[in-house]
Amino acid sequence: MEPYELTIHELHEKLRSGELTSLDITASVFERIEAVEEEVHSYITLLKEDALESARKSDIEIRRGNMSQLTGIPIAVKDLLCTRGIKTTCGSHILEDFIPPYDATVIKKLKNAGAIFTGKTNMDEFAMGSSTETSYFGITKNPWDPERIPGGSSGGSAAAVAADECIASLGTDTGGSIRQPAALCGVVGLKPTYGRVSRFGLVAFASSLDQIGPMTKDVQDCAIMMNVIAGYDSNESTSVPAEVPDYESFLKRGIEGWTVGIPKEYFIEGMDPEVSSAVEKVIAFIEALGAKSCHISLPHTRYGVAAYYIVAPAEASSNLARYDGVKYGFRAAGSSNLMDMYKKSRSQGFGAEVKRRIMIGTYALSSGYYDAYYKKASQIRSLMKKDFDDAFKVCDVILTPTTPTPAFKIGEKTDDPLQMYLSDVFTLPANLAGIPGISIPCGYSEGGLPIGLQLLAGYFKEEKLLQAASAFEKQINLEKRRPLLHGI
Amino acid sequence: MKITKDEIAYVAHLARLDFTESEYEKFTSQLNDILLYMDILNKVDTKGLEPMSHATPLHNAFRDDVEMKSLPVEASLANAPDDNGDSFIVPKVIE
Repeated sequence: MEPYELTIHELHEKLRSGELTSLDITASVFERIEAVEEEVHSYITLLKEDALESARKSDIEIRRGNMSQLTGIPIAVKDLLCTRGIKTTCGSHILEDFIPPYDATVIKKLKNAGAIFTGKTNMDEFAMGSSTETSYFGITKNPWDPERIPGGSSGGSAAAVAADECIASLGTDTGGSIRQPAALCGVVGLKPTYGRVSRFGLVAFASSLDQIGPMTKDVQDCAIMMNVIAGYDSNESTSVPAEVPDYESFLKRGIEGWTVGIPKEYFIEGMDPEVSSAVEKVIAFIEALGAKSCHISLPHTRYGVAAYYIVAPAEASSNLARYDGVKYGFRAAGSSNLMDMYKKSRSQGFGAEVKRRIMIGTYALSSGYYDAYYKKASQIRSLMKKDFDDAFKVCDVILTPTTPTPAFKIGEKTDDPLQMYLSDVFTLPANLAGIPGISIPCGYSEGGLPIGLQLLAGYFKEEKLLQAASAFEKQINLEKRRPLLHGI
Repeated sequence: MKITKDEIAYVAHLARLDFTESEYEKFTSQLNDILLYMDILNKVDTKGLEPMSHATPLHNAFRDDVEMKSLPVEASLANAPDDNGDSFIVPKVIE
């Protein structure tokens, strides 16, 4: 096996034993990138020289015995996370040349842990999309079928892991942007509880919903990444000063005696039969794990899409007001006055989906409509939170499909925004409520497309999520397949 | 119709955006579809319900009022489309 095919924990052992150096691994990952990137297009910016240089430094540290689990491991990060001195575009023309003067807290934490950065991954513009098709920098292809989308908005981060163009990556999740692409690309993706991981240096989309999380090849790697990125940050006023457990220590405990909730609202008409049958197969494993399943109801699920597509655009319209062509970012030429400059810069700088959401959000917050839209949606949000609070009184975790269908075709939903929004139906309730969720691979469609399983847990119960995910991962024991790229 | 083309033009101004005629047509029809879908929320009785703006029980996050390091002027201006080394330069504000 090539080094690029391995997981964080496998590579860590090889680094520790001296079988491989970080330079070997990093060079192997870049060889892989050079072979398949043209076909997949996971990245906006590649950092080959910096990465090789950091790998050499890591090798010196490893020889000195200074080693964390991420030391010398090549990791990709979504281009929505500020990286000091490295372009951070958010997939947008308006930030095409933006070079942040500081690192996001998660970047700092990965650096301190000795990780190597391979590059900045492609994404829907400002994370607004479910397919990575709204990026200003071109479409990312699903490594399992280049005619299909990888999901979004963290499509580049998911595709990079699936195509072995990095060992693990970071994504962000506002309505499913980690879990949905993870499901569609056959990787593991975790959205932490709101407040668990610092958002400092994450370019804001919808501030009450955004979270950063890992995208990895297996559940153990996900726990390793969480151990590094979770925790309170005095730079981020919504990060919560709660203790962070050692997530890896929960993985082998099993879920004997647990109750797994199956919400009837997540098994709906119009769902792809291959997705339901893959998830039902997993439900049949629950007993074998010594746990029991119980049917639950999350009655307000059907209002999630409407509530989300008011709340998120409302927050976005406010957050994106900062792109005014003054302090940073694109400024349109030939403006006669300040107002003209604002309008021209924003109209030329933003893509269609971002403008659509700014318009929905501005409308929903405008005088006379606030009560009918934003207030109403926020009230529904509290009902959805209560649905989950009630559910977790009777079950430990909730099990659902991550998406209603496997990856759809490129261009299939671009002309129908509402259809695109509906593809997030199973993931966005967790963001509205603020609870953590994980997607793990649970099968393949007949056409060979990955299918994802979602687990949800109560506030700050990531350890339970990972414990259950690890138990299911082992029980499902999914046949290890790799996407065929350039015949490799 | 949930929203007319004139209203779209007004909202666009509030959002500091400008559209071409064909964009206005497309946006008006798409936003109408989306807002019609939002009507589903009216099926829920939310009278007297507290709106939820946040997922965590945090209230104010204060820190001690001490001076902290801030970004140097040079770094603050590094990404500016136009500056004079000291301030951001913008087109004429007052006619």
